[in-house]
Amino acid sequence: MILPALPILIPLITLIFLLIGFKKQQSQPWIGLSGALLQLTLAIIIGIQVNNHGIMVLHTGNWQAPVGITLVIDGFSAIMLVLSGIIGVSISLYSIDAVDRKRQSYFYFPMVHGLLMGVNGAFITGDIFNLYVWFEVMLTASFVLITLGGEKKQLNGAIKYVTLNLVASLFFLAGIGLLYGKMGTLNMADLALKLSMDEQNILLNTSAVLFFVAFSIKAAVFPFFFWLPASYHTPPVAITALFAGLLTKVGVYSMIRFYTLFFVQDKFFWHPLFLWIGGFTMVVGVLTAASQFDIRKILSFHIISQIGYMIMGLGIFTVAGIAGAIFFMAHNIIAKTNTFLVAGLINRVTGSYHLKAIGGLYKSRPWLAILFIIPTFGLAGIPPLSGFFGKLILITAGFNAGEYVISFIALAVGLFTLFSMVKIWNEAFWKPKPVDGKVFDGGKDKLPVSMVIPVAFLGLLTLTMGFAVKPILDFAMVAAAQLIDPSAYISAVLGTGHLNP
Amino acid sequence: MEILLAIVVGLLYAAGVYLLLRRSIVKLILGIMFFSHATNLLIFVVGGLHKGQPQYTANGIAAVANPTDPLPQALILTAIVIGFGITAFFLALMYRFYQTTGTEDLDDMTEGENL
Repeated sequence: MILPALPILIPLITLIFLLIGFKKQQSQPWIGLSGALLQLTLAIIIGIQVNNHGIMVLHTGNWQAPVGITLVIDGFSAIMLVLSGIIGVSISLYSIDAVDRKRQSYFYFPMVHGLLMGVNGAFITGDIFNLYVWFEVMLTASFVLITLGGEKKQLNGAIKYVTLNLVASLFFLAGIGLLYGKMGTLNMADLALKLSMDEQNILLNTSAVLFFVAFSIKAAVFPFFFWLPASYHTPPVAITALFAGLLTKVGVYSMIRFYTLFFVQDKFFWHPLFLWIGGFTMVVGVLTAASQFDIRKILSFHIISQIGYMIMGLGIFTVAGIAGAIFFMAHNIIAKTNTFLVAGLINRVTGSYHLKAIGGLYKSRPWLAILFIIPTFGLAGIPPLSGFFGKLILITAGFNAGEYVISFIALAVGLFTLFSMVKIWNEAFWKPKPVDGKVFDGGKDKLPVSMVIPVAFLGLLTLTMGFAVKPILDFAMVAAAQLIDPSAYISAVLGTGHLNP
Repeated sequence: MEILLAIVVGLLYAAGVYLLLRRSIVKLILGIMFFSHATNLLIFVVGGLHKGQPQYTANGIAAVANPTDPLPQALILTAIVIGFGITAFFLALMYRFYQTTGTEDLDDMTEGENL
C-alpha cells in the first residue's frame, strides 16, 4: 500500500510539474494550488484511515523494519499532515497576489512545495537519520525562500537564520552518530524497544542532550530563540506566515516524538527541565513582544511564547498534557499563520507594518477588523475561539498533575498575550490615522480576493475548532495515548512478536 | 586509532566554534565546514575501526569475526553530500551579501529597519 508515501510524493510531483511548466509563468500559481489541494485531500483521507484502522506503516523497498527506512503515520503524524495541508493550500492561494512577480519567476512556488515535502517527510518518517535528511530538505528550501529577492535586510536575517539552523542540524547529526554507536539501530521503534530493555540507558544522555539542543534551536525555545526574531520579519509576509506555521512546529514535533517514544527513562531529569524551559520560553517571548512596534516582530516573538505552551504539555507528560500540546499546536499553526496573513493585508492597505505609522483601520476597513480579531483573540485565548480551549486543556492538565507553578505562569502569559494583541488593535484599528502623510495609502483599493479567502478560511477554522472541541480533542487524546504508551507504535512497525522478549 | 581520531574530532569542533564566533562571514563559513567535518568524523569513529577487515558475507556467514560496521560510512556519505550543497549555497549567499552591503563584517550589519 503506497498511501503513507504519498504525502512526500505529491509535493515532489507538484514540484516537478512546476518546473516543467516553468516557461508559462501564469500557470505556476494554479499548478501549485492544485498540488496543495491534492495534498490536503490526501492528508484528510489518511487521517480518516488512521482513525479507523490504527497506525499505518510502509516499509520502503520492502526492507523490513529495523533494516530499511520505515514510514509510520500514527495519530499525531496524521494531525500534523492535515495541518501542513491546510497551511499549504492557504499559502499557495495567498501568494498569488501577495508575492511579487519577480520572486515568483525565481522559483518561488517550486520552493514552497519543496518545503512542504520536507515538512511532510519529517512528520511521517520512522527513522532518525531519515528525519535528519527531511530536516535538510526543509531547511534548504527555507534558505532559498528567506533569501529570495535579495534585499539587504533579508540577507542580514538570512545569515543568522542559515548559521543557527546549520549548527542545529550538525548537533542533530552528532546525536544520531553517538546514538547509533551505542544502540546499533536507527529505526525509532527499534530504538524504543531496545532502550526499554537497556539497563544502562543513562549513558544515552549525551545523545539526548544533543537532540534536545538541536530541536530547541529549530523550535526556537528559550535560550536558543534569538535567530527567529532576527530573521522572520525580513522576507515577504507570505513566506513568514509559512515559516511561522510550520517550521518551528517541526522542531516541537520531533521533540515530542523523541521524548515520548524513546528518551523516557530519565524522566526525573527531563520533565522538570521541559517545564522550566517551557515557562521561560513563554515569559521571555511575551515580554520581549511587548516592547516591539513592528507587527511582524510582535508576532514573531509570540511564536516563541506559544512554543512554550507546547513544551509545557510535554513536560507535564500525562495523556491530557500531551493531548493539550497537540490541540494547542493545531490551534497555533492555524491562528499564527492567519495573523501573519492579516498583517500582510494591513500592509497592503496602509503600506507599513509599523504601528506608529498606521491607524484608523476600524473606520476605513471594518471587515479587516473582523478578520484580524478572530486569529489574534484566538491566540490570546478568548472564548469561544480555539486558543481558549487549547490553554484550558493544558492548564487543567497541569493542575491535575500537580504542576501549579507552570500552570499559573501559563495563565499570566495569556494576559500578556492579550496585552500585545490589544496593542496592535489599538494602534492599527482604533487610533486615528497619523497625519504626517509620509506613508503610502492604499485608500479605497479593493483587497485581492485571493488574499482574503485564505484569511477567511483560516479564521473560520479557528472558529470551528472553538465550537467543535470535542471531536478534535478526542482525536488528540487517541494520538496522545499512542505517544504515552508506545507499544502500539512498536508492534505496528516491528510486528507483534517483539514485545514479549 | 580511535583515540587519535577522537582527539582530531575534538580539535575540529574547537576550531569550528572559534571560527563561528568570529566577525567575518568567510570565517563563519569555514567554521560551519569544520563543524560538519568534525561531525562526519565522529560518525566514522562510532562505527568502529578495524584495520584490513572488509565486511563480506557469503551465504549468510560473515567472512571475518569482528567486521567494521558499514552503515556509518553510508550515513557520512549522505551527510557529506548535504554538507557540500549547503556550503555551496552559503558561499553564494555570502557573495550576494558582499555585493549588496559592501562588507563581510557581521558587526557592520545594520538592521535596515524602515517605516
